[in-house]
Amino acid sequence: MAFLEINDVRKSYGHTEVLKGVSISVERHEVICLIGASGSGKSTLLRCVNQLEEVNGGEILIEGDTVTGAGVDINRLRRDVGIVFQSYNLFPHMSVLKNIMLAPTMVAGVKDKEAREKAMTLLESVGMAEKADAYPDNLSGGQQQRVAIVRALAMEPRIMLLDEITAALDPELVGDVLEIVRELAHDGLTMLLATHEMGFAKEVATQVCFLEQGSILEKGPPEQIFENPQEERTQQFLSRVVKSGRL
Amino acid sequence: MSTHSLVRDDVQQAPEPSAPAKVTGVAGIALIVDLIAIALMLYSVKLLRDYNHGNTASTIVGVILLLASLGPLWPTFQGFLGAGKRAKLLGDKQLVAARRAAARGREDTAIGIGYGAAVLIVAGVLLLLLTNSGAVADTFLRIDAWRQSFNEEIHAFWINVWVAVVSFILVLIFGLILAIMRMLPGRAGAPLRLIATVYCDVFRAIPAIVTVLLVAFGVPLAFTFTQTWNVAWLGVLALTLTYSAYVAEVYRAGLASIHPSQTAASRSLGLSYAQTLRAVLVPQAVRRMVPPLMNDFISLQKDTALLSVAAIPEVLQVAQYWESKLFNLAPVTLAALFFIIITIPQARFVDYLINRDAAKRAGG
Repeated sequence: MAFLEINDVRKSYGHTEVLKGVSISVERHEVICLIGASGSGKSTLLRCVNQLEEVNGGEILIEGDTVTGAGVDINRLRRDVGIVFQSYNLFPHMSVLKNIMLAPTMVAGVKDKEAREKAMTLLESVGMAEKADAYPDNLSGGQQQRVAIVRALAMEPRIMLLDEITAALDPELVGDVLEIVRELAHDGLTMLLATHEMGFAKEVATQVCFLEQGSILEKGPPEQIFENPQEERTQQFLSRVVKSGRL
Repeated sequence: MSTHSLVRDDVQQAPEPSAPAKVTGVAGIALIVDLIAIALMLYSVKLLRDYNHGNTASTIVGVILLLASLGPLWPTFQGFLGAGKRAKLLGDKQLVAARRAAARGREDTAIGIGYGAAVLIVAGVLLLLLTNSGAVADTFLRIDAWRQSFNEEIHAFWINVWVAVVSFILVLIFGLILAIMRMLPGRAGAPLRLIATVYCDVFRAIPAIVTVLLVAFGVPLAFTFTQTWNVAWLGVLALTLTYSAYVAEVYRAGLASIHPSQTAASRSLGLSYAQTLRAVLVPQAVRRMVPPLMNDFISLQKDTALLSVAAIPEVLQVAQYWESKLFNLAPVTLAALFFIIITIPQARFVDYLINRDAAKRAGG
């Protein structure tokens, strides 16, 4: 049994079916990249994994235990599943340090002093230690996103979901953020990420899934998807990405 | 489609350089406005002196007003100078300089018109107050009537302040309960949501004066134990019932104004909904709630005057007593002055808060 199993997951908003039966299985230490056009269901799929969205069909299992449906302790689940959003979503009324310490102290019951030390260590590792007392509004997008990653890591999640985390950044700030993700991948953190950075996906992914209108059209190791895509729609998508200079 | 057909010199000729705007006409209008204003002020000042039997104070005030009314002539004069300069520069073919002179001249002229209009309004108001040999001033602004009623009114005004403060404290608590009821989730919360919604709709629909009448006269009859209460408490009860409905809306709107992504981020970290409310939503919402809450508080202070219909001895009740005793409205004007003095600083403070937040958002 794989670490994370997504079995035939369906999700609709009203009459619009956003996910039409998606299945992925993720082993520990794997990095899965979801690619595809906007609106293809990448973000929705990620949000289903940590139950920000309820699935309408199928199920999701983490280490064999189902996390979808009624009766699941979603607060418990979310401690193990970190997520980073495209728009950072830091808490603007708290300093960087407080943003990071909030969940460990309030949810995991870590002592204030310990949480602070851990937060500082993590901030140091992403080069943000000197901004510990700054407020999110005074940081650049890249800095905010690094803090958001640290905030998720502070809960020591066993899997991280990254939802187009560089899509809102200035081009020159993308590199810093991707470097952190690269290191996390290297450390063996299991990750599921939706991204438009094809070059990056090619480099870090153990598996790439191409989503098209709520279904996985093609999946496989990055070399296969990027060098030798089988489906016509995948080829078309990738050739357009190449034309726009993103690969 | 090729774009070349859109980029052609023969369809994209440079426009004629724009001519300087005209100045003399508007300067003439400014002069007329200024002169009418001065004439009206002259007449009003004459009335002012007549009303005060030509005493020194009214003469000094009159001279000051007249001198001030001459002020707008200066920018108007500058406007005419600008018009002359524009004509001369245009004659010298200095187009750009002429445009600048014209622009400056028109700016001066506009100032002349604006200040002239202000003088006109001040003179007009003065005229209105003094016309009919001072009938307006005699009706609303009699100083001897103010002297006689001042002590009793200011004591009565304490009841208004007390009722406003006590009511608002209760409103903040009861409004919060209503707001929480309205936000209860799911099917289980539906009946309580409905009750709170109906309550808010009903009490926002009933004019406050009707609630005051019903409560102040009805409650002692229906619940006889309240007959021993100080009657002001019935006023507090009526205003609390009314304003809680408004304040519940403020709470609800404040929380709803926090972007859902904040909730998503907080819940994703494993915080429960209650923890999210406490640590993430409420601290952010409170800042946004303060200005509308202050506005409701100001309204509440003014609505304490409604308690006069229920024979509660607050300031308007006392003012009306003096009005009928002296056959003069000046005591009521005095009550109005009390409200002006306490509410205007608060209104300015609310504006300050709103501007500060707007500047912060624009800066962020």
